[in-house]
Amino acid sequence: MRIVYTDVLVVGGGLAGLRAAVGARRRGLEVIILSLVPPKRSHSAAAQGGMQASLGNTARGAGDNEDVHFEDTVRGSDWGCDQEVARLFAHTAPQAVRELAAWGVPWNRVKAGEREVVVDGRRVSLAERPEAHGLIAARDFGGTKKWRTCFVSDGTGHAMLYAVSDQAVAESIPVHERCEAIALIHDAGRCHGAIVRNLVTGELSAYIARATCIATGGFGRIYRVTSNAVINEGIGAAIALETGVAELGNMEAVQFHPTTIVPAGILVTEGCRGDGGLLRDAAGHRFMPDYEPEKKELASRDVVSRRMEEHIRAGHGVKGRFGEHLWLDITLLGKAHIDGRLREVKEICQHFLGIDPARDLIPVRPAQHYSMGGIRTDASGQSTRLAGLFACGEAACWDLHGFNRLGGNSVAETVVAGMIVGETMADFVESSAGDLQVSTALVREFLEWEQARIDTLLHGDGSENATALMARMQSIMTDKVGIFRRGDLLESAVEELQQLLVRSRSIGIATRRPGANPELVPASRVQKMLTLALCVAYGALQRTESRGAHYREDHPRRNDADWLKRTLARWPDAGDTLPTLAYEPLDVTRMELPPGWRGYGAKDAIEHPATEARAAEIAAIRAAFGHADRYILQQALMPFEQLVPEPFRGRNERLGDTP
Amino acid sequence: MSAPAKPRRLTLRILRSTPGAHVEPQWQDFAIEEAEGMTLFIALNEVRQNLDPSLQFDFVCRAGICGSCGMLIDGRPGLACRTLTKDLGSTITLAPLPVFELIGDLSVNTGKWMRGTAERLETWIHSQQAPALTAMEAPMEPELAEAIYELDRCIECGCCVAGCGTLRMREDFVGAVGLNKIARFRLDPRDARSDEDFYDLIGDDSGVFGCMSLLGCHDVCPKGLPLQTQIAFLRRKMAVVGFK
Ligand SMILES: Cc1cc2nc3c(=O)[nH]c(=O)nc-3n(C[C@H](O)[C@H](O)[C@H](O)COP(=O)(O)OP(=O)(O)OC[C@H]3O[C@@H](n4cnc5c(N)ncnc54)[C@H](O)[C@@H]3O)c2cc1C
Ligand code: SF4
Ligand code: SF4
Ligand code: FES
Repeated sequence: MRIVYTDVLVVGGGLAGLRAAVGARRRGLEVIILSLVPPKRSHSAAAQGGMQASLGNTARGAGDNEDVHFEDTVRGSDWGCDQEVARLFAHTAPQAVRELAAWGVPWNRVKAGEREVVVDGRRVSLAERPEAHGLIAARDFGGTKKWRTCFVSDGTGHAMLYAVSDQAVAESIPVHERCEAIALIHDAGRCHGAIVRNLVTGELSAYIARATCIATGGFGRIYRVTSNAVINEGIGAAIALETGVAELGNMEAVQFHPTTIVPAGILVTEGCRGDGGLLRDAAGHRFMPDYEPEKKELASRDVVSRRMEEHIRAGHGVKGRFGEHLWLDITLLGKAHIDGRLREVKEICQHFLGIDPARDLIPVRPAQHYSMGGIRTDASGQSTRLAGLFACGEAACWDLHGFNRLGGNSVAETVVAGMIVGETMADFVESSAGDLQVSTALVREFLEWEQARIDTLLHGDGSENATALMARMQSIMTDKVGIFRRGDLLESAVEELQQLLVRSRSIGIATRRPGANPELVPASRVQKMLTLALCVAYGALQRTESRGAHYREDHPRRNDADWLKRTLARWPDAGDTLPTLAYEPLDVTRMELPPGWRGYGAKDAIEHPATEARAAEIAAIRAAFGHADRYILQQALMPFEQLVPEPFRGRNERLGDTP
Repeated sequence: MSAPAKPRRLTLRILRSTPGAHVEPQWQDFAIEEAEGMTLFIALNEVRQNLDPSLQFDFVCRAGICGSCGMLIDGRPGLACRTLTKDLGSTITLAPLPVFELIGDLSVNTGKWMRGTAERLETWIHSQQAPALTAMEAPMEPELAEAIYELDRCIECGCCVAGCGTLRMREDFVGAVGLNKIARFRLDPRDARSDEDFYDLIGDDSGVFGCMSLLGCHDVCPKGLPLQTQIAFLRRKMAVVGFK
């Protein structure tokens, strides 16, 4: 029995996992990272457009601060997020960007003086302030009031991931690459680590840890058409679900990105529209202003994706060999801009479409992109039900994003949550709660159980084909649990997914050799992925309202009266074919920003009974604190400083601050 | 783009091997039908799905971003995921990248090699003090930030390593990827290391003086990094330190 002991086990070598690991290591703990792939190949590398943080250095960002970032995020979430977490996040994000700057990220910088930009289809001239020269610049992104998205050309995620990954090397943190966590070891409400399969040798080992952090990213691959990497299969969230104890939050909240290229599904960044790109239909008409006169192409992603599909349904799509699509037009930005700031986009267009985006239109259609749902944690990043289990990044439902995340808020979340969870885990390990209390008998039991599962696949008499089940699941999700959802479709999706789940319990494979057996990979993952798919589909079926990215054609209004609550999914019994759902209400009486209109999208929400009273209360507080500075006012509205770990307290400096 | 009248039959000729299995590597042919817009990512997955589920290869982003899928495509290092079959003949040979530890078939351990390089060349910002997180960031000239990014775009795919003549003779040579990284940190004012420090890392035949300037690296880099000029520049700078 191979057992590895460590203080902290971080499952996932993307931005979130790496940053959490560095934090815990710097507190003097022993840390091991597991990753399916070398960490720099994690999907964080694919983030192109940028990272939101309210530095306010650019002309169009001036006046930005935590308050504005907070409000944009809450509106973006369609009031589904945890507002205290959104505050904690908006407060820490500027520190995250500045830390990354010190770690070497070559953030694009402000150049003082006049420059030409494209705004709303027209070339306009902007003057950058001389005192801002050389400070970190920002571009425009959807759903934001200010230009807040810090960027490195359109390779932001790459530059961030390399900087953080190199910090992990500097801290001598071992990364066990090509290793997959396949189960969590736990008993009596306490997580003790994970069972891990080496994908090269096939060997299983137990990693025993005082604190275990899941940072395994999103689960886009349960869909057929997705911008996600092929490794984004959600196994981290699935093994947490499999404990029967930990909860997943808001799994039905799945984001579809407006612009992925047809047919490959590869993303071209929101920065294309942020920098002035337009969406056009078959007739070459710019249609977004017809639907969204205020934010146009730069409404939030859920709204733009829906409008695009609506426009295609109305018969305005371009008919192509791979179905219908629309056009993304960045020709108006000019070659110099594209060569400098949209070069990944240019390369993608060249290699996958054979076109030059400085001259040609890009064929696009919305595709699955981001998982707002994940392992439910409290604001400190610890699982709400399984002690010693932490989660951060896209794998978590910390609940920064509610039902729709803003572009640029995800890579920001990964690093910010990593900073916070690194501290929380260190606190936990240093406390008596973090003492190891695991028996080798328990470890042996988990190891033997997992070995038996693999042996059954290798030597059993199952006859189901894993890749066929996988393909069917992906089609069901894309066809029936997509952008537009409807009760009858969701019902049939849930029914068929349940059948697939039952069938997945008798998978057989042809290559019966252990070790690096690529056939074992889908065979051992599809069942886990099906449980996630069921959480998404069943949660969507139950939620009879529309909120953010979750849109029900048969229940088109947001319904705060009945649905201002978070879905919690558990899987108490391995033999179940459906998750057990519960709901956690969001407390309007404590919200800093009570529910209202987002500033884009529909205006017909059904109001929560407590909203009016809370809005009046807030108005009164604002009046009473009329002359206080914004920090004091904020503190009166919704205190959150107790949530900020010690090293990240204090006020973020900005240009033009009066001391 | 007009569709060809009849789809081509493609033969993927793949070098198969299982380290430790005591069998010689062998070429194996797989026949598939070409499809519109087919990449080697799509083609290889089709082989694995329909013809041989045991075939090993690595893809992650399938978008030319993550550097996972470097292999020898008709003998030349390149990223398989963004190679369109229509740009190749009807028989396509695929072999694993040389130099790196072989995992099996087309899968090699670039991760281990790159981590080794990062540790050896200390590819992180060396600075004296920890940043004060709430304070204003230090300014940087916009052009300098862009120049650093230019060198930061390396995706550690290993194509340059596989294309390098020196590396086939000297295992400990840092390769173009390593030299480029030194050039990147040298350019970065946030890194406090001096040319003498860099000389200690690459000032010998396993470093910048081992390079024979044959430029196998420059031609194959999928990110179009300016390896040729960077290596030449670095050699001049390091030679100056060497003369001191
Ligand atoms: C194409 C694209 C573009 C994007 N652009 C932006 C953008 O511009 N701005 C923005 O804010 N967000 C963007 N996003 C979203 C953002 O990139 C991701 O949400 C974020 O990077 C996720 O980071 P992470 O650390 O949580 O997970 P990842 O980076 O996905 O890392 C997951 C890690 O977990 C490991 N892992 C997974 N399962 C296991 C297991 N079972 N055992 C061991 N290890 C495991 C993997 O190997 C990997 O190292 C984009 C996303 C995509 C798909
Ligand atoms: S120029 Fe130098 S690094 Fe590049 S391939 Fe030749 S020997 Fe290798
Ligand atoms: S320098 Fe170019 S070829 Fe070499 S590893 Fe980096 S990206 Fe690949
Ligand atoms: S799979 Fe990422 S570069 Fe090819």
